Amino acid sequence: MSHTTKVSHRRPVRLASGAAPTAPPRARRRPTSQQWAAWAFLTPVTLYLVLFYAYPLYRNIDLSLRNYTVRSFVQGDAPFTGLANYRNVLHDPTFAPALLHTVVFTSVCLVFQYAIGLALAVFFNQRFRLSATLRALFLVPWLLPLIVSASTWSWMLNSDSGVVNSALHAVGIGPVNWLTAPGWSLASVIIANIWIGVPFNLVVLHSGLQSIPASLYEAAALDGANAWQRFRRITFPLLRPVSAITLLLGLVYTLKVFDIIWIMTKGGPADSSTTFATWSYQLGFGNMLPAFGPGAAVGNLLVVAALVFGLVYIRVQRKQGLS
Amino acid sequence: MHSSVRGLRLTAATVTVLAVAGTATACSSGSGSTGNKAADSGTYTIWDPYPQFDKSSAWAKLLDACGTKAGVKIKRTAFDTSDLSNKALLAAQQDNSADVLIVDNPVVSTLAEAGVLTTTEDNKLDTSKVDANLLAAGQSDGKTYGTPIGANTLGLYYNKTVLKQAGVDIATVKDWKSLTAALAKVKKAGKKGITFSAIGTEEGTFQFLPWYWGSGAQLTALDSDQAVTALTLWKDWLKNGYAPNSVLNNTQTTSWQEFASGDYAFSENGTWQLANAAKAGFDYGVIPVPAADGASASAPTGGEFVTIPVQGKTDRYATSQKIVTCLTSTDNLLNTDTTLSYVAPTSEVQGKQVAANAELKPWVDAVKAAKGRTSDDLGTKYPKISEQLWKAVQSALSGAQSPKDALAAAQSAVK
Repeated sequence: MSHTTKVSHRRPVRLASGAAPTAPPRARRRPTSQQWAAWAFLTPVTLYLVLFYAYPLYRNIDLSLRNYTVRSFVQGDAPFTGLANYRNVLHDPTFAPALLHTVVFTSVCLVFQYAIGLALAVFFNQRFRLSATLRALFLVPWLLPLIVSASTWSWMLNSDSGVVNSALHAVGIGPVNWLTAPGWSLASVIIANIWIGVPFNLVVLHSGLQSIPASLYEAAALDGANAWQRFRRITFPLLRPVSAITLLLGLVYTLKVFDIIWIMTKGGPADSSTTFATWSYQLGFGNMLPAFGPGAAVGNLLVVAALVFGLVYIRVQRKQGLS
Repeated sequence: MHSSVRGLRLTAATVTVLAVAGTATACSSGSGSTGNKAADSGTYTIWDPYPQFDKSSAWAKLLDACGTKAGVKIKRTAFDTSDLSNKALLAAQQDNSADVLIVDNPVVSTLAEAGVLTTTEDNKLDTSKVDANLLAAGQSDGKTYGTPIGANTLGLYYNKTVLKQAGVDIATVKDWKSLTAALAKVKKAGKKGITFSAIGTEEGTFQFLPWYWGSGAQLTALDSDQAVTALTLWKDWLKNGYAPNSVLNNTQTTSWQEFASGDYAFSENGTWQLANAAKAGFDYGVIPVPAADGASASAPTGGEFVTIPVQGKTDRYATSQKIVTCLTSTDNLLNTDTTLSYVAPTSEVQGKQVAANAELKPWVDAVKAAKGRTSDDLGTKYPKISEQLWKAVQSALSGAQSPKDALAAAQSAVK
C-alpha cells in the first residue's frame, strides 16, 4: 500500500518539472485548464453527495429536533423542541430491550458470519474439483432478494407447518415456536441473518487469502509447521487488514438490518426481536399515526453508532500504516 | 497564478452552488409527476389502494369513464394500502396531493387532522344516503371528510365437513362458551379448531376487536375486566391447542390459507374472502362473531373512503366532486362493490346486492351492526390505542405477560 502511494505522489511532480523548461509560457495556462477540469470532475460528485447524503442527513437531524405531528408535518410549522425527542426515546420502555437486542444481534451475527466465512474461505482456498462451483452455490443467499429469503425463512420456521419443526418432530424433539415465542424470536432472526451474511464474508476473505503468496506457506512447510500453525502464524496475521474491513462493513450492514426482522417477526412478539432499525421504522411508519420525530431520533442514534465504528476503523488502519 | 487559481475556485464554487440549486428545483418539480402539478388542468389524478387491478380491469375503466363524463382525463396510481397514508401526507406536505384519494377508513381521521382533506361542506359531496354507522368512520368534530365506497367486516367462516365429523351443530354455537365447547369437540375429533390473525399490526387489532367489543369492553379503557376476559379467551384457545401458535404471525391472508387447507373448523375472516371461499372446494357457512353472552358482537368496519384532498387551486374541487359522485352513484357502486367483494354503503344498493346474491345477506346484516374503529370520537387517538392493543395481544398470546398485565401495560402506555 505505502509503496504505491509514494509512486503516485512522485509522478505529477516529475511531469510538471519535465514540461516546464520546454514550454515556459504554456506552463502558466496549463494548471488553469487543469483546475477547470478538476472542478468539472468534482462537480458531479459534490452534487451527488449534497443531494443524496448531506441534504437527507440534514433533514433527518431536523426531523429529530422538532415536534412533528401529522398536522405540523403537512403545514411545515413544527416547533423546534431541541433534544426532547431524544429524551423521550431514551426514557421509552422499548429503549433498553432494543439496545440490548441490537448489540446481541450485531455481535452474534458478526462473530458467526466471520468465523463461518473464514472457515469456508480457507476450505475453498485449497483447490479441488468443483471448488468454484460449490463456492458459487454458497453465494446464492447473497444474490436472493431479501424479501424472498426472509419469507422462506419465516415459512420454514412456522410453528405449525414449518419444515424445521417437522424435522425436529421426526427426530423426536417437540415443536419450537421459533417466531412466536419471546425467547426464540431473536435467535431465529439471528440464524437467518447469519445465513445471509456468510457469503459476503466468504467472498471478501477468499480474495484476501489469494493475495497471500504461496511461497510463505512453502517456507513454513519446510520449517515443519503443521496446518494449524500455518493458519495461526501466516494466514490469520496476513489477513488482518482484510478481516478489519470485512468486520467493519459487516458491522454497518448488520446494525441497519431491517427487512429480515420485519418480514419474519415485525420485531415481536412483545418487542422480543426489536432492534433500533425496526424500532425506528415502527415509530415512523408502522402505525397509522406516524411519529416522525422520535423515529428520526432513533435513526440518528444508529447513524452515530455506525460513524463511531467507522472512525475507530480509520484510527486502527492509520496505526497499522504507521507501524 | 495564486490569485487566478483562487478566483477560479470561487467561480467554480459558485457554479457548483448554482448547479445544486438548479438540480434541487428541477427535482422538486420533477417529483410532482404523480401529483397534479405536472398534470395539466385537463388531467385529474386519482390514488387508490387497489394495486390488484391493472389498466384493463373494470375498476380502471370505471375511473376513466367517470373522468370522461366530467370532461377530463384520469391519471390513476395504485398504492399498497399500508403505504398510502404516508404517501398522502408527503404529497400534501409538498402541496402535491391527488385530486381524488381513496383511502382505508381508519386513516381518514388522521389525514383530516393533518388538514389534508376537504370537508363535505367544502366539496359539496352528498352523503345523505350512506348508512350512518359507516359514515361515522369518516367524521370527526362534527365534520365529514368523504364518503365510503364500500364496506366489509369480519365474520366466522366454518367448514361444514369438519363440524359434521366432530359432531357439532352450528346452531348451538351462540356465545363464547358454546364456541369453545365446539372447538374442544373438533380437537377431540382430530381436526384443528380456529384460525385468526393476531399479527403485530393494525390487522391484528382489526381481528381482535369483535371479541373485544363482544366482551363489552370499550377502547377508552384497555385494562377493563371485560377486556381481560376477551384476551383470556384467545389465550386459552392457544393454550388448549384450539388455535395454532402461528396466529401470532398470521396475516388475514395466511390465516385464510390455513382454513382453505380444509383442516380447520372455523376461521375469522372478512367479506372479501367470499370469492375465495367458493373456490376452497368444501362446503362452508358464515355466522356473525358471537358476543360473550350470546348476541352478535359488533365487528369493526373495513373498506375505503373516497376523499377529495385540499388543493392549492380550489377551482379543481367542482370537477373532483363530479368524479366522486359518478364513482359512488348507485349503478357504479353496485359494480364496484361486486368486484371488490364489499358490501355497499347505502341501503338501496345493499338491497340490490342481496337480490343478486343471497349469500351476502349475513354480511349485509353484519355491516349494519358494525362499528367504525375511529368512531365514538376517538379519531386520531385510535391509532395509538390500536398499537398498544395489538402489542398487548402479542404479549399475552406469546406468554410474555398475562392478559391482565399486558392490558394494564397497554392502558398506561396510551395515557
